[in-house]
Amino acid sequence: MSNDEYILEVKNLTKDFPGVRALDSVDFKVRRGEIHCLVGENGAGKSTLMNVVSGVLPRSEYEGVVVFKGKETNYRSTRDSEQDGLSIIHQELTLSPYLSIYENIFLGHMKTRFGIIDWDTCLKDSYPLLKRVGLREPPQTIVSKMSVGKQQLVEIARAISRNAELLIFDEPTSSLNDEESENLLNLIREFKKEGITCIMISHKLDEVLAVADSITILRDGLSVASYDLTKAPVSQQQIIKGMVGRELKNLFPKKEPDIGDVVFEVKGWTVHHPDYHDMKIVDDASFFVRKGEIISFCGPMGAGRTELMMSIFGNSYGYGASGEIHLHNKRVTFKNPKDAIEQGVGYVSEDRKSLGLILIQDVKTNITNSSLPKLSKRGILNKNLMRNKAEEYKESLQIKTPSLEQLVRNLSGGNQQKVVLSRSLLADPDIFIVDEPTRGIDVGAKYEIYSILNDMVKQGKSVIVVSSELAEAISMSDRIYVMNEGKIKGVLDRSEATQERIMHMALVD
Amino acid sequence: MPENANIEQISFLGLAKQNLRKLSMFIMLGLILLVFAVLTNGVNLTPRNITNIFIQNSYILILAVGMVLVIIIGNIDLSVGSVVAFSGALSAMLYNTGIGLIPTLLLSLLIGAAIGVFQGFWIAFVGIPAFITTLAGMLFFRGLTYIITNVSPISLRDDGFKKIASGSLNIPGFTIGSMDGLSIVVMVIAVVLLVFFTLRQRRKQISNGFSVLPLRYTILKVASLSALIIFVFLRFAAYRGIPTVGLVLFIVTAIFVFLTNNTVIGRYIYAVGGNAKSAKLSGINSEQVVFITHIIMGVLCGLSGVVFTAYMNSALPQAGNQFELDAIASCYIGGAAASGGIGTIIGAITGGLVMGVINNGMSLMNIGADWQYVVKASILLLAVFYDIWSRRKSGLG
Ligand SMILES: Nc1ncnc2c1ncn2[C@@H]1O[C@H](COP(=O)(O)OP(=O)(O)OP(=O)(O)O)[C@@H](O)[C@H]1O
Ligand SMILES: [Mg+2]
Repeated sequence: MSNDEYILEVKNLTKDFPGVRALDSVDFKVRRGEIHCLVGENGAGKSTLMNVVSGVLPRSEYEGVVVFKGKETNYRSTRDSEQDGLSIIHQELTLSPYLSIYENIFLGHMKTRFGIIDWDTCLKDSYPLLKRVGLREPPQTIVSKMSVGKQQLVEIARAISRNAELLIFDEPTSSLNDEESENLLNLIREFKKEGITCIMISHKLDEVLAVADSITILRDGLSVASYDLTKAPVSQQQIIKGMVGRELKNLFPKKEPDIGDVVFEVKGWTVHHPDYHDMKIVDDASFFVRKGEIISFCGPMGAGRTELMMSIFGNSYGYGASGEIHLHNKRVTFKNPKDAIEQGVGYVSEDRKSLGLILIQDVKTNITNSSLPKLSKRGILNKNLMRNKAEEYKESLQIKTPSLEQLVRNLSGGNQQKVVLSRSLLADPDIFIVDEPTRGIDVGAKYEIYSILNDMVKQGKSVIVVSSELAEAISMSDRIYVMNEGKIKGVLDRSEATQERIMHMALVD
Repeated sequence: MPENANIEQISFLGLAKQNLRKLSMFIMLGLILLVFAVLTNGVNLTPRNITNIFIQNSYILILAVGMVLVIIIGNIDLSVGSVVAFSGALSAMLYNTGIGLIPTLLLSLLIGAAIGVFQGFWIAFVGIPAFITTLAGMLFFRGLTYIITNVSPISLRDDGFKKIASGSLNIPGFTIGSMDGLSIVVMVIAVVLLVFFTLRQRRKQISNGFSVLPLRYTILKVASLSALIIFVFLRFAAYRGIPTVGLVLFIVTAIFVFLTNNTVIGRYIYAVGGNAKSAKLSGINSEQVVFITHIIMGVLCGLSGVVFTAYMNSALPQAGNQFELDAIASCYIGGAAASGGIGTIIGAITGGLVMGVINNGMSLMNIGADWQYVVKASILLLAVFYDIWSRRKSGLG
């Protein structure tokens, strides 16, 4: 069996959800020991395919055959697949936040002696695992205190602790910065050397081309193409064409800046940690944005960019915020997010599941939630108007959903992101703060979102983007603020910004 | 016909399947009614008994309406039983001063609102969990009730108060056959309005380009609702006419169905319950929404207190004992989710009626309170089990 060329074969797989065919007779083959990348637009069915393979969706819920290590699988849950040597690291991390690293690693398969958990052995066994994934934190560290990138390493350690032969990564780099992403890709290459097969889903095509041995493209639930890169190279253009079904000449739309006066200015902004009140998370930050301008905030994870934006947005983060906000040359304060929205500031969170969406509500309700006062008269809703507005954004952002009544929890990650964006756009802000607006979004939809931001500034509004993708920041913005360790380290003009200069500014000065 | 484009193509079975979850509560209520009709030889469907079911459960149903809002927002209110006793006792004292029925009612609602403000303040603005605040409230207002009543019943100065609970609306001498005329007239008006508004809404949806179900299903829906209205009103008509509490209940239900579906505050309640953090970042003042919800609960406790005092024809110090449990159970039987964000007014009312019909049926069969508890508990578990199970199966939960 081990001389079989393919470790995983999926044949004629079909999966229906109420109202959607997520996968339509998909064929998918992964060779033993390779790095296989899976790409496709939002909602193409990538996560669903991996959920089938790994038993998140049990055998009874799909039609078709999955063969792993030469045997047809019959998983009832991920427990079964893990025992078989197949582990999945999800798009959203699934660690238990208040437990320590080693407790998380061994959760569900603790070492026991006479039925009693042997924590000492667990602790001892966790060291080599952490070393393998390159995590230097002590194993007793509580995971919620660590950055997302490090939490992900814990998740990976957890997967390899069960002797995985096939590791599946669903968009592992979507919430990592460039450096962390590079580390992760190296780790995947390392695994390959050790003989572990990896499947990676990603929307970042340059990293796909950098690591992949094979690439499979899904479109609308169909497997449209498969490339073996060891035989012949493929271009990014080819992949994009396979994904979206047409040529996409530019990754970034052209922007003609028409910049006016300063409309929004923050001076000497300082915020403390919500629990440790003497710890400064943002330290004396000052910046401004002009009418018709897009500015970006770059910097490593934990630089304090999200915290800065959230605390400005009606004290949504931290303790004891101080500093001045000037809007249209008038000093203002935002007591709470409602206040900020009413004065024309919008904010889209990077954490769409816990801070952005209401997962148990439908698409229409989520889109309209911020704008109900506008969509009502004397407190009574105009339901037709709500529907029309929601429909309008579903069309313009091309949200893929069977109906406006679909619960957002059932949408693919990228489409959820579009719903959050729609909600803020519908509230029609003058100053639009977007935190990682293109996280987990496919190339085609990214272009749409950049176009929307460009349209906004063309109408004389201003956009503030927090972005971990330097290429995006450099191509989209008129000026780039560089942050690190809670301080604004400097600002670069569009003309002078390069990736090297930004990194240099963040780390050295 | 240009409207054809909007009409969804769906088979009857497909439609039934889609709506089974929504309809399951009504089906359960119907089945329970039928089971007891068999067990009691039809006594539970007599005009007198149907009227009684409404009267005996009105004060719980009123509480369930408020409770479901509290549950949707992700909280719980354990104090409602004590608040009913407290506001009921105060209303009796107020009435006995001779200020008249309407002022007594309004003042009682105001007292309820004030209690809602008090508890809502601690919950919404200070951040003490609702479970704890209302547990304190439960003890606090029970204690106050004992203090103001001296732990003895307050009887009412005359029978005027009683009318709220056991009175009925009728015009003396106006009968059709042997039936009460007013009930028949209201019944006819209700059916006509139902048909008119359903058709109007359908036409509106079509002209807005929304897809609608084929006409035959609309007719089926209207027909079954009309049958229900006709059944209930004929029972009323054959007994003493429409009970006053029936009207009170109808008004309360109508107000809150409208509030939850068609107003900004209603949608805010669902949003805060669904994800409080996200609601806050969407620009919803969550504290205020929580505060308002608890005030509404308080007002409805005030109303329930008046109705219960009227029903007992005196204010008892131990009144309202365990009402909170019945109200909470009604909401869960009616499909509300303990994690918040999910629930409906109609569901809570139906859940309350399920419990009421069981109580009533078992009393008719002379089965004691001991077995009533056992059966009610089983129904609660079963109903919630079915809800969770079907939710999971249809990918909602
Ligand atoms: N539980 C569910 N119920 C209903 N529909 C679902 C459910 N899960 C996924 N879908 C639908 O199936 C389709 C495929 O979703 P999937 O999550 O696999 O997309 P994806 O390729 O991973 O997209 P993304 O890149 O945005 O993460 C989408 O249209 C989605 O709305
Ligand atoms: Mg996905």
